[in-house]
Amino acid sequence: MWLVEARTVFSRARVRALLVVLVAVPVFLAFAVYLAGGPHNGQGPTFLDRASHNGVFTALAGLVVTMPFFIPLSIAVMAGDAVAGEASMGTLRYLLIRPAGRARLLAAKGAVLALFCMVAALVVVMAGLLAGVVLFPHGPVVTLSGTTIPFLDGVGRSLLASLVVGASMFGLGAMGLFVSTLTDVPIAAMAVTIGLVIVSGILDGVSQVAFLHPWLFTNYWTSFTDLVRDPMHWGLVWKDLLLQLGYVAVFGAAAWARMVTRDVQA
Amino acid sequence: MSGPSDLAVETHGLTKVFSGRPAVDGIELSVPVGSTYGFLGPNGSGKTTTIRMLLGLLSPTAGSWRLLGREMPGAAMSTLPEVGALVEGPAFYPWMTGRENLERFDSMGPGRPSRSRRARIDDALARVGLTAAAGKKYKAYSLGMRQRLGLASALLVPRRLLVLDEPTNGMDPQGTREIRNLVRELATGGTTVFLSSHLLSEVEQVCSHVGVMHRGKLLAQQSLSDLLASAAPRLRAEVDQPEEAAQVLSGLGLDDVLVAGRQVSGGLAGVPPELCCRALVEAGIGVRMLVPEQVSLEDAFVALTGEGFDVAG
Repeated sequence: MWLVEARTVFSRARVRALLVVLVAVPVFLAFAVYLAGGPHNGQGPTFLDRASHNGVFTALAGLVVTMPFFIPLSIAVMAGDAVAGEASMGTLRYLLIRPAGRARLLAAKGAVLALFCMVAALVVVMAGLLAGVVLFPHGPVVTLSGTTIPFLDGVGRSLLASLVVGASMFGLGAMGLFVSTLTDVPIAAMAVTIGLVIVSGILDGVSQVAFLHPWLFTNYWTSFTDLVRDPMHWGLVWKDLLLQLGYVAVFGAAAWARMVTRDVQA
Repeated sequence: MSGPSDLAVETHGLTKVFSGRPAVDGIELSVPVGSTYGFLGPNGSGKTTTIRMLLGLLSPTAGSWRLLGREMPGAAMSTLPEVGALVEGPAFYPWMTGRENLERFDSMGPGRPSRSRRARIDDALARVGLTAAAGKKYKAYSLGMRQRLGLASALLVPRRLLVLDEPTNGMDPQGTREIRNLVRELATGGTTVFLSSHLLSEVEQVCSHVGVMHRGKLLAQQSLSDLLASAAPRLRAEVDQPEEAAQVLSGLGLDDVLVAGRQVSGGLAGVPPELCCRALVEAGIGVRMLVPEQVSLEDAFVALTGEGFDVAG
C-alpha cells in the first residue's frame, strides 16, 4: 500500500515539477557563482563564499539557500495536499470504501510524505554536488574548523547533511498532514502550512519571546552546518531531531484522531 | 418478517442531523438479499446522506445498521470488500490512465490478489465497454466514460452487494440502456443491487423493490408491484352521455369524477371496472371505450408524497 501510494504521488507532474525546482536552485547557484564570481569571504549566505573553492560547498550552499523557503514550500504543498487533495478530488471516499482503512491510509500518507522530505533534501545536495564537481575543484575539503578532510569524506558529510535536513522537515510535514485532515480544500491546507513556517520564522527572530525559541520547529533547521566542523558537532542536530520527533508525535496523533472520526462529505 | 440473514441492508432508526436539521430522519431500511432495490427521492431528500452512512463515510447521529448481516461500522473492514459502490459520481486521479486508476484502487486495500489483477481489470473494463479507452488519461474522459470507469471499479471483484448512487448520471441514452442491462445481469447473477435514483422510469424498469425518500423520511418501502397496486387506479371511459355517465359512476362510489368532452374519468376506489361497465350499459349509456388506467410509479410517488418530484427545500 505504501509503495502504491508512493508511485501515485511521484507519478504526478506537479510533484516532479517541485523536484525539478529543487534541482534547479543549486545548479543555478553554481552557474551564477561560476560566471560572476562568488561573494567575498564571510559575505552572502553561509557557504556561498566557499562554493567556488570546492564542489562539496556548492552542495552545502544549495542546502542553505533552499532550506528556509524552497524545501519547506514543497513540503507544505505535499503535506497540505495529502488528505485534502484526495477529499477535493473525491477519491478519499473511494479509498475509504475500498476499504483502505482510515488509520492505514493516514500512515501511508505520512510515510510517503517522510520519503518526500528525504528526497527533496537529497536532490538538492546531489544536484549541488554534480554542478559543483563539474564547475569547481574537487580536492580535499577545508572544514569550518580549518582542518582538511578528504574529498569523499566531504561528500559523505554533505549527504549526511541532506539526511538531517530531510528529517528536520518531519515536524512541518506532520503539522501539514494534520491541517490537511481538517479541510477539503488543499490550497487552504497548503497556505496554512506555509503560514506556520513564516510565523515560526518570525517568532524565532523576536528576542522578547526567546523562551519559545527552543520549541519552534524552525529553530534548529540550520544545525546541519555543524556537520562540516571537525570533529562534527552533534549537539544541536540531536536537539533538532528530538524536537521534530516531538512534533511528529503530537501532530501525528492529532491527525489520526481527526482522520478516524471525521465525516467524509466530499 | 424476514430474518437478519435475509437482508443485505438493514437500518434501525438511522438518523443524521446536520447543524440542527435532520437530513435523514430515523429510517428503517430493509433490502432483501437478491433484490434490486430502487431508492427513490428527489434531489435533497437524503438519499446520498443515507448511502454515505451505510458505507461508513458519515457517522450517524443515531441508529444502527447492518450490511450483509454484519453489524456496522465495526465489521467494515471485513464487509466492505464484498460491497461495490458508486457514490455521488466517479472520482479518480486525472493524471493517471483509466487502467492505472483501477490498479491503484485495487491495491489500496485487503483481499485482492495481485496475480489476478490484470485479468480482473481487463474483465471489468470490458463489461463497461471501456477497453479501448483504458490507456487514456482520466482527465481526457467524458462524463459518461468517467461513470463507466466508476462502475468498472465497483466490478473488479464479484460482489454480494452493489450500491449505485445515480449510476446513469451524465450518460447518453445508449449508455443508460447499457447500464440498465448490466444491472439486470448482475441481479440475475445473485448480486443485491441498491440503486438510488431520481429517475422514476429508470427504477420502474429494473427494480423489484422500492423505497421512497421524502424530506429525510422513508415514506414507503415495498415490492414495486405492491406499491403500484396500492396507489388508487383510475377508470377512463368514452361515452355518448358524459354527464349521465358521471352520475352513474359517482353513484357506484368512484371518487374525483371528472368530465372532459366525451371522456369521463374517476378514481376506482376499489370498485371493479367490470361493474362500472355493466352499470353504464344498464343505464342506457353508449360506451365506446373503457379502460382501467395503468398506474405509473410517478402517480404512486405523487400519491405518497402529496406533491410533485421537485427538489426538497
